[in-house]
Amino acid sequence: MANMRTMSFDAVIVGGGGSGMRAALQLAQSGYKTAVITKVFPTRSHTVSAQGGITCAIASDDPNDKWQWHMYDTIKGSDYIGDQEAIEYMCKTGPEAVFELEHMGLPFSRNENGRIYQRPFGGQSKDFGEGGQAARTCAAADRTGHALLHTLYQGNLKNETVFLNEWFAVDLVKNADNAVVGVIAINIETGETVYVKSKATVFATGGAGRIYASTTNAHICTGDGIGMAMRAGFPVQDMEMWQFHPTGIHGAGTLVTEGCRGEGGYLINKDGERFMERYAPNAKDLAGRDVVARSMVQEILAGRGCGENGDHVFLKLDHLGEETLNAKLPGILELSRTFAHADPVVEPIPVVPTCHYMMGGIPTNVDGQALTLDDQGNEQVVEGFYACGEAACVSVHGANRLGGNSLLDLVVFGRASGLFIEKQLREGVELKDATEDDIERAMQVLNRINSSQQGEKASVLRAELQTIMQNHFGVFRRGDFMKEGIEKLKALRPRIENVQLSDTSNAFNTARIEALELQNLLEVAEATAVAAEWRTESRGAHAREDFQERDDKNWLCHSIYLPESQTVAKRDVNFTPKTREAFEPKVRTY
Amino acid sequence: MVKSVTSLSNSGLSNWMLQRISALILTAYLIFMVGYFAVNPSPSYEQWSSLHGSMAMRLFSLLAILSIAVHAWIGIWCVLTDYITVRLIGPKATAIRMFLQLAMIAVILFYVVWTIDILWGI
Amino acid sequence: MLEVSIYRYNPEVDSEPYMQAFSYDTQGKDVMVLDVLEKLKTEDPTLVFRRSCREGVCGSDGVNISGKNGLACITPLSEVVKNNKLVIRPLPGLPVIRDLVIDMTQFYAQYEKIQPYLINNTPAPAIERLQSPEDRAKLDGLYECILCACCSTACPSFWWNPDKFIGPSGLLQAYRFLADSRDTGTEDRLANLDDPFSVFRCHGIMNCVQVCPKGLNPTKAIGHIRSMLLASAA
Repeated sequence: MANMRTMSFDAVIVGGGGSGMRAALQLAQSGYKTAVITKVFPTRSHTVSAQGGITCAIASDDPNDKWQWHMYDTIKGSDYIGDQEAIEYMCKTGPEAVFELEHMGLPFSRNENGRIYQRPFGGQSKDFGEGGQAARTCAAADRTGHALLHTLYQGNLKNETVFLNEWFAVDLVKNADNAVVGVIAINIETGETVYVKSKATVFATGGAGRIYASTTNAHICTGDGIGMAMRAGFPVQDMEMWQFHPTGIHGAGTLVTEGCRGEGGYLINKDGERFMERYAPNAKDLAGRDVVARSMVQEILAGRGCGENGDHVFLKLDHLGEETLNAKLPGILELSRTFAHADPVVEPIPVVPTCHYMMGGIPTNVDGQALTLDDQGNEQVVEGFYACGEAACVSVHGANRLGGNSLLDLVVFGRASGLFIEKQLREGVELKDATEDDIERAMQVLNRINSSQQGEKASVLRAELQTIMQNHFGVFRRGDFMKEGIEKLKALRPRIENVQLSDTSNAFNTARIEALELQNLLEVAEATAVAAEWRTESRGAHAREDFQERDDKNWLCHSIYLPESQTVAKRDVNFTPKTREAFEPKVRTY
Repeated sequence: MVKSVTSLSNSGLSNWMLQRISALILTAYLIFMVGYFAVNPSPSYEQWSSLHGSMAMRLFSLLAILSIAVHAWIGIWCVLTDYITVRLIGPKATAIRMFLQLAMIAVILFYVVWTIDILWGI
Repeated sequence: MLEVSIYRYNPEVDSEPYMQAFSYDTQGKDVMVLDVLEKLKTEDPTLVFRRSCREGVCGSDGVNISGKNGLACITPLSEVVKNNKLVIRPLPGLPVIRDLVIDMTQFYAQYEKIQPYLINNTPAPAIERLQSPEDRAKLDGLYECILCACCSTACPSFWWNPDKFIGPSGLLQAYRFLADSRDTGTEDRLANLDDPFSVFRCHGIMNCVQVCPKGLNPTKAIGHIRSMLLASAA
């Protein structure tokens, strides 16, 4: 592509959500030439939908709170396959990162003493599980993600970050050394394709909840970073681990924050029974999300579901009183009235477990450097390639993420990536330039889609993919059924690769973008399917009917999906935190 | 901070205040006049000229005409900068707006001078 | 069948914009306008609009629905369909890029003008800056803005002077920082606003209040800014 324009930066961040903008902020402050490529205007990123808060031991609600307790909760929540070094780093650095956000202007809710308001969330405890429920989630009413995302955007404006808004990254460009030297990107408004060259490429591309038919995720959560990494031959980790949020609004899929239960709301079945008392006698409705979601499905399967079809349960909030609801959960009132036609002040909200979060992603170390395996299966850093946020799997969430930990993950590891890249750039980065062939290779998918003559519509194929994932890889999974799903995905692959692009115009062609997103959804779906079938145990969010027990002897490990061979390998979980001894696996009860 | 040389003042607040103060003065003047005619439905020439011969009334009327001048200028300036703009009617807009603004100034000045001439010519 | 009329314009193909008729089978359900657009896009992939969160918090899908600006994702058909007809146009007053997608550059430029970030030059404490719940409550109704541009593009003053008048959205944000007890930039902020255009082109017609999908009140915020300007000058 001799006529293609090249733009050069010291660092390029793909994704303008929480982690991308936190990384960008760090780099912009350092003075390095940084650009953020984002397919939507930054404040439209999915971080904006986060409601309940950011979990962090800032010792406001409880002056004696300790980050080590948060670390314990997170490791237990991860069902012991979260990397302890990374979790330690997140919980320890968290307060600093949260205070920075506050100093930037994030409008946190407040306690009487003027400190940040913290609410109880699921899986939180004091004193390593011995001291009862903790309240550790820092909140800006129930719009914490919105407040956080806007604050970060504002911080970036202040520091004059370059934004390539409404640009879509298509594929990674690798040089002869298998190092990443930028991305191919399309300016959506004009249709121009550009090689964005960079010494550091950060994937902060978020999740991929749109592989499921029912999801709390935005339309834009299509796993673009995961797809690009896999097409470039890089492995992905723990892709079988998908969190189903207990409370998506039945029918609409929109999220109702766990903060509702943190503030005292609870789930009831059709008999009005608070059924979580049976499944988790201590934590009740504030058990881990995987536990609550499974309990809900079991209630429904046992015929105690609500509604005409008995296919959901109710979230009861009316007992909290209108004043509390208005002050603490105003956004939920809006959402419920709009999407469930239920006013939580007087009636319960119909909810059902809904795909919410991808615990897996691009494996990275604590500095955000992407990892791959060499031919001998040894871990190796990919030069020039970084990931953070939901797209990454530094593995602080393991097999199940705790509520409020995603926002913390974003800011802590966005920041960490930025800090590390800044250091790298200061020390000098020498990467071989990409050749014409290297660039041409990264253009393959785009060229294929642009030249497609016949084939099926993206919307039809996408719906088919989502249905397969929903039916075969949902809350409960079974080997034979998953094998069937894998076969269906295999049959779908050539059809998706051959997707028809009937609109070939340049100006704001969203059909082209959707066709490209579909390629990414397929990669994510396939990795999820293969890894899920491979892990023959139940752990965290991965619940198998045919292997109902956790099996630490064989499966206390990460899964690494290798896209080129379409096989899965095991990777050790990190059990070497720096400041204390490791938390050893225990039976996980709430 | 948007700069504008043709605005009465470069402070939006001052313009806004002047607009309101002049409106109050005009309201007071109007109320006075309505009251006067209520008491005196058809005043004779003598009555009318003695009213306007008093210094207090002269100053009041002067204040009223100056208020009209200020109020009209700010208002018309606002309308002209809304509609007679390059955005709306193309590159000639600036010249047309300048002409209209000058014309407006001329009209306002004419009325102010004429009013003074009348009031002090009684 | 619901009759849907949608504004179409592709600069590469069309010499001028036109309204295209579609029909949509509601199956008796009261869906959101965005659901209609999504369905129509599966039939005609060339139909272009922005969307992301589909729950009214990201601000992508502001469009003009049967004459009134709003977010397609949280506007049910029952609120906007008249005589079995739904008319969808781009937000008015800004250039159209294609179909329902507008060029929001000027809108964002006005937002950037008000210095939309906390200014506090005192050294940051080791923990958060303290703020009483009462002071924090002053930000309610301000920080929730999602920058969807429904308000500013419903405002005639913004239509006429999008380069000079900050517009309801930007001014709401300006007041969000003026009202923040942690912000020390008040004097500077006010000085930047005191010209005949930035704030004072608001004539209080409250179109912004009427259309805000988040139920916010920019006119009230503008009133507060005016009071602050007055107080600082008096």
